[in-house]
Amino acid sequence: MAESPQKKSANRQNFTLNFGPQHPAAHGVLRLILEMDGEVVERADPHIGLLHRGTEKLIEYKTYPQAIPYFDRLDYVSPMCQEHAFALAVEKLLGLDIPPRAKYIRVLFAEITRILNHLLNITTMALDVGAITPLLWGFEEREILMGFYERVSGARMHANYFRPGGVQKDLPPGLMEDIAAFADRFPQVIDDLERLLTDNRIFKQRTVSIGIVTSDQALDWGFSGPMLRASNIAWDLRRNQPYEVYDQMDFLIPVGKNGDCYDRYLVRMEEMRQSVRIIKQCLDQMPEGLVKVKNYKVTTPPREEMKTSMEALIHHFKLYTEGYHVPKGETYTVVEAPKGEFGVYLVSDGSNRPYRCKIRPPSFAFLQAFDLMTKGHMLADVPSIIGSLDIVFGEIDR
Amino acid sequence: MATPQDLDILGRQIAQEIGTDILSWSVSHGELVMTVERPSIIRVLTYLRDSESLQFSQLMDVCGVDYLGRELRFDVVYHLLSLLRNQRIRIKVEVEEGVPVPSVTSVYSSANWWEREVFDLYGIPFEDHPDLRRILTDYGFEGYPLRKDFPLTGYVEVRYDEDQKRVVYEPVKLPQAFRNFDFESPWEGMEFAVETLFPMKAGRRSDG
Repeated sequence: MAESPQKKSANRQNFTLNFGPQHPAAHGVLRLILEMDGEVVERADPHIGLLHRGTEKLIEYKTYPQAIPYFDRLDYVSPMCQEHAFALAVEKLLGLDIPPRAKYIRVLFAEITRILNHLLNITTMALDVGAITPLLWGFEEREILMGFYERVSGARMHANYFRPGGVQKDLPPGLMEDIAAFADRFPQVIDDLERLLTDNRIFKQRTVSIGIVTSDQALDWGFSGPMLRASNIAWDLRRNQPYEVYDQMDFLIPVGKNGDCYDRYLVRMEEMRQSVRIIKQCLDQMPEGLVKVKNYKVTTPPREEMKTSMEALIHHFKLYTEGYHVPKGETYTVVEAPKGEFGVYLVSDGSNRPYRCKIRPPSFAFLQAFDLMTKGHMLADVPSIIGSLDIVFGEIDR
Repeated sequence: MATPQDLDILGRQIAQEIGTDILSWSVSHGELVMTVERPSIIRVLTYLRDSESLQFSQLMDVCGVDYLGRELRFDVVYHLLSLLRNQRIRIKVEVEEGVPVPSVTSVYSSANWWEREVFDLYGIPFEDHPDLRRILTDYGFEGYPLRKDFPLTGYVEVRYDEDQKRVVYEPVKLPQAFRNFDFESPWEGMEFAVETLFPMKAGRRSDG
């Protein structure tokens, strides 16, 4: 450690503090090297990669249908949104247009996923700054949402539901009614959470004016999603570069003013309300029809057809062994994942495997600016800043 | 949303103003792609960021692509976003193995970790990077895992050693060699035969 003589004589010196990699407030396997001057953080050096699994390398060795489950395991609190990015990228290269019902189902579940993600983030952040009750309430709702996941895909988290060409299965009977009932009831839960947190003196003391990011800084550091909006920039890919049927949805985009932890919390809270609105519109407008394109080179034929049709059986077999060939080309396709801009840069060489699949996780950019946000703050502010970043190491480390 | 025509206009405009730095550009799949000379990457990105009418104020992503066998083996790909114009642009730099690319951290702060990642996974060095360390792989890792000539299984594996009371590294031992299934249909490459034997079927691909 470099230390100046004056400081030494005053019996003070900088020291480094190792935070993590196993720390409950680190939201995963984050290791922070903090250079401290007393209780003030002078420099923060996040060490990431402890959850690196080589996803991008593995995808290069898998066929396109086999690659989708990896996307669930990136940001494991908002799985379907990442599948969405990959599905859109492959559809772009294939030149596929999916049926309207599939688009609505995708938007419906993307918004369910957004609530799923924000519930986790807001409540764990509250837990980090000392509030336990929101977590208990929020997770009860997450359980219900994961129930919807299970009913539609068979899995509570790693759904593998959005496939290139549509979605794997149609909604089971009764699910839409249950989602509607949830959407009617859920704003009450948001109100309850707000009553616990929004005007809470302790919560505000821990978050207001902490970790401020100005608009210019947010742009310079490549922020997106709620982090960018909290810094007073009205930018939402669902509105600005709409995909699926977002251009037919009526919703508002909340924007923060100060760019501090508290604003980020407020933005996410309001986004959940807007998501409920989108869910209701999806349910009202849900058209009948197919849920995936009827091109059996890309999507699986129906099970009953396979019992009688040789052709369908061959298609099924080929799809699960060889997969399908994607024409040569490349695309950078983005979706507004709950955390921000989730992009897939897909390079195809015309074979049945991606030549390169770069995954652009939003929270990688947030964590990169961590040093900027924590500089000059107390050690006790570090957990609340980490909480407000909404980072998940599955997607940062990939 | 930018239409391909808008992107075409944008591409022409940029090519007109800094044409000497641009090797080629095109619009494909509704995305604008530009290939630029390696030494001029900083100049190009600074222009794109500062130009009053463009304002590509965000660098969303930097990544590498390995084209093994090509003379300029690697692509370094930059994805820029302009909130003002609501347009994206992809800038590519082609580079040989071992040749450094100028770091753009002075233009966009967000390039820092992205470039570290490219360095870590592809071994492309970045000139004047403030802190070029490995980022995703393990401490003391050797090799560049996303290169096409790096095996999927890697070279080392770890286990906890009871005697030494620590994690030790060993050469990777696979009970069964990694199998690379080739399910590609043998008929896919037979187009020439179809064309000569069945001229009436020519042009009708099997994926109709």
